[in-house]
Order: sequence, then structure tokens, then C-alpha cells
Amino acid sequence: MSHLLDRLNFLQSKDTEQFANGHGQVTRENRDWEDTYRNRWRHDKVVRSTHGVNCTGSCSWKIYVKSGIVTWETQQTDYPRTRADLPNHEPRGCARGASYSWYLYSANRVKNPLVRGRLMKVWRKMRETLDPIAAWAKLQADPILRASYVETRGKGGFVRATWDEATEITAAANAYTAKTYGPDRVFGFSPIPAMSMVSYAAGSRYLSLMGGVCMSFYDWYCDLPPASPQTWGEQTDVPESADWYNSGYLLLWGSNVPQTRTPDAHFYTEARYKGTKSAVICPDYSEAAKFGDVWLNAKQGTDAALAMAFGHVILREFHLDRQTPYFEDYTRKYSDFPMLVKLDEKDGKLVPGRFLRADDLDGKLGEDNNPEWKTVAYDETSQGLVAPNGSVGYRWGEDGEWNLEEKAKAADTRLKMSLVLEEDHDDVVGVDFPYFGGEAYGQFKTDATHPDILTRNIPVKKIQTAEGEIAVATVFDLFCANYGLDRGLGGDWVTSDYANDMPGTPAWAEKITGVPADKIAHVAREFADNAEKTNGKSMIIIGAAMNHWFHMDMNYRGVINMLVMCGCVGQSGGGWAHYVGQEKLRPQTGWQPLAFALDWNRPPRHMNSTSAWYAHTDQWRYETLKADEILSPTAPEGDWDASLIDYNIRAERMGWLPSAPQLKTNPLEVAKAAKEAGKEIPAYVAENLKSGALEMSCEDPDNPANWPRNLFVWRSNLLGSSGKGHEYFLKHLLGTDNGVMGKDLGEEGGQLPKEAKWHKDAPRGKLDLLVTIDFRMSTTCVYSDIVLPTASWYEKDDMNTSDMHPFIHPLQAAVDPAYESKSDWEIFKSIAKKFQEITPGYLDKEVDIVALPILHDTPAEIAQDQVKDWKKGECDLIPGKTAPAFVAVERDYTAIYDRFTALGPLLDKLGNGGKGISWNTQEEIDNLSALNGVQLDGSAAGRPKIVTAIDACEVILMLAPETNGNVAVKAWEALEKATGREHAHLAEGEHGNKIRFRDIAAQPRKIISSPTWSGIESEKVSYNAGYTNVHELIPWRTLTGRQQLYQDHLWMRAFGEGFMSYRPPVDLKTITKDVQDEGDNLVLNFITPHQKWGIHSTYTDNLLMLTLNRGGPVVWISEVDAKSAGIVDNDWIEVYNTNGALTARAVVSQRIKEGTTFMYHAQEKIVNTPGSEKTGNRGGIHNSVTRTVLKPTHMIGGYAQQSYGFNYYGTVGSNRDEFVVVRKMKNVDWLDHEKSWDAPAQEAAE
Amino acid sequence: MFSNFDLNFIIFGIMPYVALTVFLVGSIARYERDPFTWKSSSSQLLRRKQLIWGSILFHVGILTVFFGHLIGLFTPIWVLDALGVPHALKQWMAVLIGGPAGIAALVGGTMLLHRRLGDPRIRATSSNADIIILVLIWLQLAIGLLTITQTMQHMDGHEMVRFMTWSQSVVTWNLNAWLLVVDVHWLYKVHIFLGLIITMLFPFTRLVHMLSGFTAVARYLTRPGYQIVRTRRRKPQPKPENAKATPAE
Repeated sequence: MSHLLDRLNFLQSKDTEQFANGHGQVTRENRDWEDTYRNRWRHDKVVRSTHGVNCTGSCSWKIYVKSGIVTWETQQTDYPRTRADLPNHEPRGCARGASYSWYLYSANRVKNPLVRGRLMKVWRKMRETLDPIAAWAKLQADPILRASYVETRGKGGFVRATWDEATEITAAANAYTAKTYGPDRVFGFSPIPAMSMVSYAAGSRYLSLMGGVCMSFYDWYCDLPPASPQTWGEQTDVPESADWYNSGYLLLWGSNVPQTRTPDAHFYTEARYKGTKSAVICPDYSEAAKFGDVWLNAKQGTDAALAMAFGHVILREFHLDRQTPYFEDYTRKYSDFPMLVKLDEKDGKLVPGRFLRADDLDGKLGEDNNPEWKTVAYDETSQGLVAPNGSVGYRWGEDGEWNLEEKAKAADTRLKMSLVLEEDHDDVVGVDFPYFGGEAYGQFKTDATHPDILTRNIPVKKIQTAEGEIAVATVFDLFCANYGLDRGLGGDWVTSDYANDMPGTPAWAEKITGVPADKIAHVAREFADNAEKTNGKSMIIIGAAMNHWFHMDMNYRGVINMLVMCGCVGQSGGGWAHYVGQEKLRPQTGWQPLAFALDWNRPPRHMNSTSAWYAHTDQWRYETLKADEILSPTAPEGDWDASLIDYNIRAERMGWLPSAPQLKTNPLEVAKAAKEAGKEIPAYVAENLKSGALEMSCEDPDNPANWPRNLFVWRSNLLGSSGKGHEYFLKHLLGTDNGVMGKDLGEEGGQLPKEAKWHKDAPRGKLDLLVTIDFRMSTTCVYSDIVLPTASWYEKDDMNTSDMHPFIHPLQAAVDPAYESKSDWEIFKSIAKKFQEITPGYLDKEVDIVALPILHDTPAEIAQDQVKDWKKGECDLIPGKTAPAFVAVERDYTAIYDRFTALGPLLDKLGNGGKGISWNTQEEIDNLSALNGVQLDGSAAGRPKIVTAIDACEVILMLAPETNGNVAVKAWEALEKATGREHAHLAEGEHGNKIRFRDIAAQPRKIISSPTWSGIESEKVSYNAGYTNVHELIPWRTLTGRQQLYQDHLWMRAFGEGFMSYRPPVDLKTITKDVQDEGDNLVLNFITPHQKWGIHSTYTDNLLMLTLNRGGPVVWISEVDAKSAGIVDNDWIEVYNTNGALTARAVVSQRIKEGTTFMYHAQEKIVNTPGSEKTGNRGGIHNSVTRTVLKPTHMIGGYAQQSYGFNYYGTVGSNRDEFVVVRKMKNVDWLDHEKSWDAPAQEAAE
Repeated sequence: MFSNFDLNFIIFGIMPYVALTVFLVGSIARYERDPFTWKSSSSQLLRRKQLIWGSILFHVGILTVFFGHLIGLFTPIWVLDALGVPHALKQWMAVLIGGPAGIAALVGGTMLLHRRLGDPRIRATSSNADIIILVLIWLQLAIGLLTITQTMQHMDGHEMVRFMTWSQSVVTWNLNAWLLVVDVHWLYKVHIFLGLIITMLFPFTRLVHMLSGFTAVARYLTRPGYQIVRTRRRKPQPKPENAKATPAE
């Protein structure tokens, strides 16, 4: 009762029990104090949830709640078990995840809806007399009023708003924009649906119902490796982390598993205990390096050279000097090695051209259906040319032959891989290969001198075609020559001596990478030797590090080549393990109808973000890289002299890449005009595009008619993290203070783009409204006009899946959303409701026109076997064939909310599907009606409800084959039709297996095998990519139907990437005389890897994590570099180039390789960041010194696997070729003194 | 008594009782309400610099001074007389022991104060109470040392006897005790006044660690065994009949 009275025990007996000869004593003191500690760990309930973060972890967590407050979290350990002899998935979870509950009640939490003060002031004034849409219209019509709030972005000055008011402004802006400019001026950016798929779907469903644009992320983050779609026709499919354990040789290449894949790292450790050998390749001494039997610290950005040398050794020792039966058999069946390539003449010399196709031959090998899309090989059985099964031509327009059986039509075949034997070739000819190593500049330069064209001897067959006699060679023969291997055919630039410094050899790679040649040969030999002994159980775990270079495809294809040569892809324990940012959305086909409102109208508007931001943040106006700098010396004749944005415009025009906005004229108006003219919409649009009456927006991105007007950012920190060219975002998209120090091409007097219209003065502040939805005040929030507080990961119901384990996992509301926050689902629902309320009178039932690019996995993907631009008169404009399709979509703007909250009728009519197959899903819709109930009134009466987030989860789970066995069986049956083979056994017995939300709340559930993915869920093997291709003989979704190591598209050949080769980093020329100050001599390569002290790549403002490091932004530099610039550890340093500047503390470490600097990405500039001396603005983020650069080969479309898919193909935002000046700061100015208060900011704050 | 209102009466007549009441009630309240705040709040983990020297000098000095005052003031005069200790000798002892100890405490206190105010980490983690109490103690030490200048003028100890009488009168409820110190030098008065203030602040500052410190040390010295095992049993078990039969042996 009383602590003091309890202690006053003088009158009690002191006769206490003793033991141990009186050395020990038993006391009877009051023990109430212990309750304090017991209560500390006492809780009211435990709820299962996870972190909806982009780390792909999907770890199961127990969330402890006490008195309505989330107190802490601990790891759940109850994952379903794996099989015998395989370690279990648990333990999963890391210290960073365990720090998350800090956010819920931190000062950083966004507690109320916030609106920029000046905007609010004007809005309220307008609203006194006007309705919401009229008020927004008037506000936008007045340039002074508009500028008044636009200019204060990022300078504070938020005021609290009610939900009603905040959603009203948002909905009014959206409606006004749709009405005035077109719905495709409303953009939404949100990444990685798998991390919280319902939250993603909330925003994308709203946008898709109104016609807004969903922006991609995977390509923009540069986590998409275009090499994957190029080679496999697959976005990215990878083994689960448990499969590492099955490997016999793990090569970690630029991946820092213990640091960035912490929950999975135990499988790496366990594999090492099992005896798996491991080599680690990374320039820095990383945590992973410590795991390796050998550490190869290759120079950053030169990985392709290393890969080439590995390939050289593997080919020499396992394919040429000795033919490994397994490798030979595998590559014959599963790669394009046997396919024949035409050799084209250029300037009297031969270069590899297109694949030989049935179409080229007289009689077309009897193929009537798509002969131009059926590749041809030499058959040993029939001693003639055949068009083997499986190529993309067999996929569309016919059934039953699209498989990897060793057949051509019905006849058995055995394809010939090489014509090297005397009797097999008609001639040996010199063929030109480009060599790019000589372009290396700065620290990448070596003393070797090789010409830029290497002519090598190739055995060829002469065949008669429609065009006369031509020479053809197999991919394998060209491939070996490309690696510089001497096969006894004579000629130059081939060798059989590893020590010869000739492109491809270990000795050559040693000069470039710094890795000793003997080590290269040793690792290559072990890697292949293990694969031979284990039938392909050699694995390469690869991180973003290599993918963030401009020439990432070369790095990746070098790696993929090694895996294919050794038969590793599709074998459990082997293959390509790229774990970067895609976070597998396992129930994808169930989610898509919900997310993109495919149940109400199709198609949705998807946009590739890299091209969009490049155009709309005007980064193209500062382009320093010219196409001729990256063009191949062997490029075919063509109009290659154009700017990168010109290439993008061509790609959009030809229907390769999507557009946003699409047409300069409001599509709602175009549809009306078409109706008045009495014409079909596609024909009307085509006609007017040709005449010039209609223009595509991409041709004039700076015209106010083509600006993005509204932008939603949710589940993302676009401006604090992924926004490459951060300062350009601030300058042009937002129109506020920025640190851009370079001049644009106009000011520089540089070569202006040919096709993009140039305005002398670049616009500033294109966005009318930036709405960010977040639970914490991130850098993006700080720059927004409206900030809406959302529920955190412990406050909402949602689902999460990962490529790292096979389970589907829930997020659950352990507590109600704190303060005034709401879940993303509820937020977009409320915006939809507002929209529906205020639009009548402005927007009604309207017809919208969606420009749809030629999509992968659709029959349209075989649209353009030749590159022809209608605008140049090379062909006619045929929508969907030579240009985007123009699809009329009916929208009902008066029923956005009704449609949002009900499952629409289009699924009944069109069914559901994905990746080129579809099935009837009526049964599932009926089940949903019964499960969720149906809407009783409104315009969606009678349709299944999707009112709550759990309703939305049930829709996903019911429709997806991965979570509904009945659908899985239907999906496999649909695929059987195409391949002519039996696959349904893969989902056998799963008919009745249906996973519901409450099931996964009880325990995460393993998903069901589905044809959406290339691996299977089984009791026998772990999930591994390409498994069904190899074991079920389902073709890869490529041109050849095989793993395609040769890329024959015209642009691939023009830019020198038909075959993989080493391409040094490009010179972005961002350190100019103008910008570099006298005495600042330290110039370093700017590398932005993954951080250690933050929750993956987003959450670095967490105090618990900040406390573990330096409490703010840091940049790592080597001891030698630091010394040369007089920098010691923990000094404040400034990092700059023409793109901008940033400030940080220096971490001086032996870990770092000289010549590089590491800045962990996504360190918030809102935490402990002083002002930059260079720009006068506050510090900056890592992207303050970067600018995105496009690569034309990523724009290719309408060409089988090289066709557009959302987050599947497209331009990627590389950033590692960047160089920066690093210097010690003279004055550390926190910008918190009087003079930094300019008048507008002060007023805005009032 | 109230007709001739006098500030001396308030400070030396009333305030001691107020101070002791606040000290007692405040300490009990804190112990009951916030037992986990009863601590010394050491900043050693934040920075060792200046702490070891400062703290040891300060603590050795101030403990000597504290016990010197306690014994010197509250030992009844008849005890001294019975022991035959002349007042002048006691006065000399007070100056010779208290002087160096006071200097040590002041030097240590200066180091600690400098560290507390000057070191950013310590400064940031200091409460107002931490700073105020340290400043007050420093002042008290300084003034205490200054009073030696006065004491040196009457080394026969008669002023000292006055203070002893006053102290002992206060604790024996003699309400006229304050009259004894009305005429002493103002330095003494300020010293007493500050002492009373510090006594009043005691329960609300980290000074409480004095009490727990003393009790901990005292209990440690008298502990019977060095392995202490708590029990849920309310009554002590009867000692086994035959100690040698315990399984432990």
C-alpha cells in the first residue's frame, strides 16, 4: 500500500532463512516494485500484421496493444513449416521492422488533413459565392492567385483542414481538370502494390474510374532490369529465399544480403553451413563480403566486363574444349542458341541482323499463321530448316504448338547449335562486332587500345530466300565469337589464351575491373563445375547495384548468359535471383480488376514514369547525352541523329510506349467531335492525327495544354526518395526554390530536339495541385498542397505478399487509425464520394478516348516486325498496329462512388485473366455476391459490395488463381489450350481450396500454383523462376519462345546490344567549369546503395534508427579520397554538380573503394540537414545531384517480348553514372536565422 | 510576538520548521508517488570528462562538511564540556577540517557546474532542478568559505556556540531561538538561509540520492549474506532441525 510503510519493518522478525553456510539469505522485502516491470510487458491483445514497406520482407509480426495504444511488436514464428531437410522460414523480421511502432505516436505523424495556408485562404474566399468546381476554376484562372500558393511549396505554412474541406478541394480540382484539360491530366503515383495491395488499389481504382493516369514505379526506381523482359518476356521472376539453401554455389553479385535482405539472410547462413560455396562480388567491403569464400572487389560499373570474362571461361571449358552433355542439352532446348541469324551487309562488311524467319523462306516452311514471327533453325533429324515450336508466332492465332517440345509442328527435331564443323558450314566469313570499351573515360579508362569494331570469323550456311542468297549463322556461333573465343576458324580478335589482353578474356577483364585474371577463371570454373554436377544448382543473387547503371542491360545479360550457359535457370537451387523492389504481387490476376476498375471499364491508363517525369520535370531540356554517343559503330543505316526525347516521342507515336497526357485536346471533347462527325473513334483520331488537327501531347510537353495538372502521391516519398532529378522536379513541376545550377540546351546553345517543341522559357509550376497521402510528414508532404493523414501499417486491413516467401500475409488494424487519420481505402472512397456529389452539372456520362500502346502478352504484341513511323510516311497510321490503339471508354462521372464500392459487370461479360490467357469467372462473382453482399441501391444496385477494405481483400482472394483453387484449375486449363500440353496436374486437388482474409489472419497461407508465375508451389521443390518453362515445356514469352540471348530488334542492333558486351559508364558531363569551384578537386562517382539505418528505402526519419547512426544524412568516402580533400570523419561536406547540391556528414571508411562515394538513398532532407553553400537552399537529397537519362532500347515496342507492359518494360531511371564534386563545408549554416525568412514564407506560415 | 514583526523571526524562527516539514513530507510523498525517480541521475554514461575528478572532490568535500555541520551543530554543549573539549579548539577544528573540505567541494563543484552547463550533451539532458540545485550548493559552499573570514575574528568560538545553541533550540521547540542569531554577521545569515532553502528543495531534486545513498551503504555494511534470494513465502521457514542434512551440503 505504501512503499515507505512497507519498508518500516523494524518490528518484524529478522529471523530470516539462510543457506550456503550463511553466505546466502532469503529476504521477505516487499516485491510490489516488480509489478512495474511486469506491467511494462503486459498487454490487452496481440494482432498479426506486417510492414507495408518496399523491402519485400512480408515478415509476420505480433503487434501488442495496451490500453488502445500499440506498444511494441515482436516477430511471429508460426509460419507454415517447410519440408524435411529444408530450414524453416522463421525467424523473419529485422531490427528495423521492430522499430516501426515508433512512427504511430511520433511527432512526425500527420495528425489532421493539412492544406497549404494560402490555398486555403483563397479557397474559402472563393467558396463563399461559388460551388466547388467553379471556385477551383476561378482560382486557376487567376495567375497571381495560383502563383501565391505554388511558390510557397516546401516552405511550411500548412493549416489544419477538415476531411470534408480537404476532399472537396481535391475532388473539385480533379473534376475541373477532367472537364477542362482531360482526365489524363490527373496523375497518381504509388509504388509496389504488393506491399499493401488494397491501399494501392484504392487510389488506382479511383483514378481508373475517372480516367486518371496510374504511374509506374518499378522502371522509374530502376529496379526493373529490362534484361529480364528482353531475355524471358517476364517482368522479373525469382526464386524464394528458401531456395538458396538448395544451391551448391551462390554467387552474390552487388547484393548485400545480410544488410538489405536481413530476414532472408538466415538461408544464406544455413546454406553455408550445409557446405554451399559462395563468391561475393562488390566494390566495397560489404557485410556480404564477409560471408564469401572469395570476395572479388570489381571496380564499380565494370561488372559486364567481369561477366564477359566469366562467360569466356565457361564457354571455353564447358562448351568448346569439352561439351558438357547437360549444358548442351539444356541450351539446345531452352535457349535461342540454335536459332539462325541473318548476316546483313553494311558498308561491304557483315553484321548480325534479324533472326531468320519462316517468312524469309520460299514456301514459308508451310506456315500460314504469323510466318514473320516464327524463327528458324537447322534440324539435324531432317537435315533441313524448320520453324521449331514455341516461337511467338505459334502463340497467337493458333493453338497447340506453342510449347518447347523438340518439334516443329508434329515432326520430331533435333536443332543444330553450331555450324563449326567442316561439313556443316558453307563458308567462314568475317562478321563485325561493336566494341565499346574504348569509350571509357575518366577513372574507367585503361591503357588498352582496341578498335571500336572487331571482325571475327563465323561459320555460315548460305541459303536461298525470297531476297536471294544470304548467309546465316547460329546464335551460338555468333555468341562464342562475341566472347572472343578461338574455335580454329582463324581470323582476328579471338583467342584460346586467357592471358591474352583481348576483349572477352580474363586478362582483359583484369585491366578493366581490377580483379585478378586467375581469380576470374577460378570462380567461373567452380560456378560451372557445380552446375554440371548438380544439373544447374548454381545461383546468382543480384542486387540493384548493377542495375542502376545506364548500361544495366549489359551487366544483367552478362549474368543471365552465364546462367543459361550452365543450365541454371528453371532449376531449383539455381538461376537468377534478382531481389529488387518488385515485391511479387502473388494474387495479381485477382487484384487487377479491383485496382484498375477493370470490372467497370477497360483499358485503364497506365504510364511509364521515367519517360513522364523526364518530360514533365523538363529534365530533357538539360540533356547532355547524345544518341550518337551510345550508338553502335555497326548500326544499320537510319535516322539515328536525334535527341533522347525525340526517340521517346517516336516510341509513343508508334504505339511502343504509353503517353500521359495523350492528346493535346481533351479526349472527352475529341469523343464528342467524333460523334458529331459521325465517325468511329479510332478512325476519327487516326485521320486527325495524320492531318495534324490532333496532336499527341508528347510532342510538346511544355505547352500548358499538356501539363500534368493534379498529382496524387500515396504510399510513396517521391520527392524525398525516388525522384531522380529532384531539383528539376522542384523547379519545373512544382515551381518553387530549387538548386538547379546547369543551363538548359537553349541557354547553352546546344543542339535542340528535333521533334519535341522547344519553348524558350521553360514553365515553372506545372502542377495545379499536389496531394500526398502519408502517415508521416515526409519530404514529399512538405512540398504538397494538401496532406492527408493515412492509417499506418498497424491501423488498416490489407494484404502483403513477397517474392521471398510463398505466403500471403495480412495487415490488420490492431488499433483504429490514430488522430484523424483514415485508411487509404477510406480516403479514396471519401474523395470518390465528394467527386460524385459535386460533378453533376459539369461532367455527366462521358465518352473518353484512351490511347493504348501495343501490350505484351496480347495478340497485338506481334504488331511491328519492321520499324516504321507513320508520321514520316513509312506506313499508314493503323491504330493498334502502327500506332497506339484509340479505345472509346464510357465513364459515368455521376457514379464514381457507386462504382468504386461495387464489383462491376464487365467481369461477367469478359471474364478475368492475365498474361495472355483468360477464363470465365462468373462462379467467383456469384460467390462474392453471397460473401460480401450486394449493393441495394445506387447506380450499382445488385452488384457485389466492396465497401470495406476487407471486402476488397475478399475480391482479390476470390478472383485470383493463387488463392482460389477453383480459379487455378481454370487458369491452367486455359493455358493447356495454347500449349497443347497437360498442366492441370499442377493445381490438382486444389478445387476446394479457397483462402479468405480471416484465414491469413489466423496464419499466413501458402499460395496455389498458377500460370501467372513461372514457378510452382510444391512439396518437392522450392519456388523458382522458369521452373514451368523447363519442366512443363511452357515457352518463355519471347520472340523465339526460348531464353533469348540475342536481341534482333532494329534498335537493339543499332545501339549495339544485339549481344551482350561491356559498355563503360556514360559521361553525363555534369561537372562543368561553370559549376566547379576553384580548389574543389575531389571528383567521385556517386553511388546510392541501400541504407542500413532506416526501414528499407523510405523510412529514414525514424528516431530509433537515426540514433544508431549519425542522426542525419551521411556520405561515405574512402580514407584516401578524404585525405586528399582534407576531410576527416564526421565533417560536414557538400556534394554538388550541375544538377544541384546536397549536404551531409562524411563517413570516412576503409570499406569504400577509392574513386567512389556512397550515399544511402532516401535520407530525408527534413532531418538534420544544413543549408548548401552552393545553392543557398537547404541541403538536398541524394537525388539532388542526379538527373534521369533515357535509353532508346528501353522504348522498343510492338515486338513480342519487347512490347510495353506496366512496370514490365519501358525506360528506366538509371543514376549511377553520375559524378560529383565533394568538398568540406566552410560554414555550416542551418538557415534558421532571421534573414532566411523571406516574406512569402513568413506570411504563409501565419 | 507579531507586533514587532521581524524578518529574522521569519527566517530563523519559522522557516526552519517550514523547511523541515517540506523536507519530510516532500520526501515521503516522492517516495510513495514516484519511487523510480529516487536516484542520483548520474550523467557518467553521457560523458566521463571532468566527472571523475569533479565528483570525487565534490563528494569527499561536501560529505565532510555535511557531517561536520551535523556533528558540530547538534552535539549538545554539555557533551563537549563533559568531554573537556574547549570551544576554541572546536572552532579551530571546524576551520581546519571544514576549510580544506569546503575548498575541495568548491573546486569539485566548479568542475561539475562547468561540465553541466558547458557540455552540450549534459546541458541538453539537465533539468532546471539539476542546474538550480548545483548552483545553490556552489553558492552555499562559497559563502560558507567566506564566513571563515568572520570566524577568524573570534576564534574563541563564542559565535559558534551561538549557532549550536540556535540549532539545538530549534529542534527542542524553543520559539525564541531566533533571537540568538539576530546579531550575527550577514554572511552567516545568508548561509543559514540558503541552507534552509536547500533543505526545502531536497525532496524535489536529485539530492534525494543522499538518503538512499546513506541507507544503501549502511545496509550493505550490515548485510548477513552475499547471495540474497527473495521469497514469496510470508513466514520464514523454520530452521531445519539438522542443518547438515540440507541437500546443499
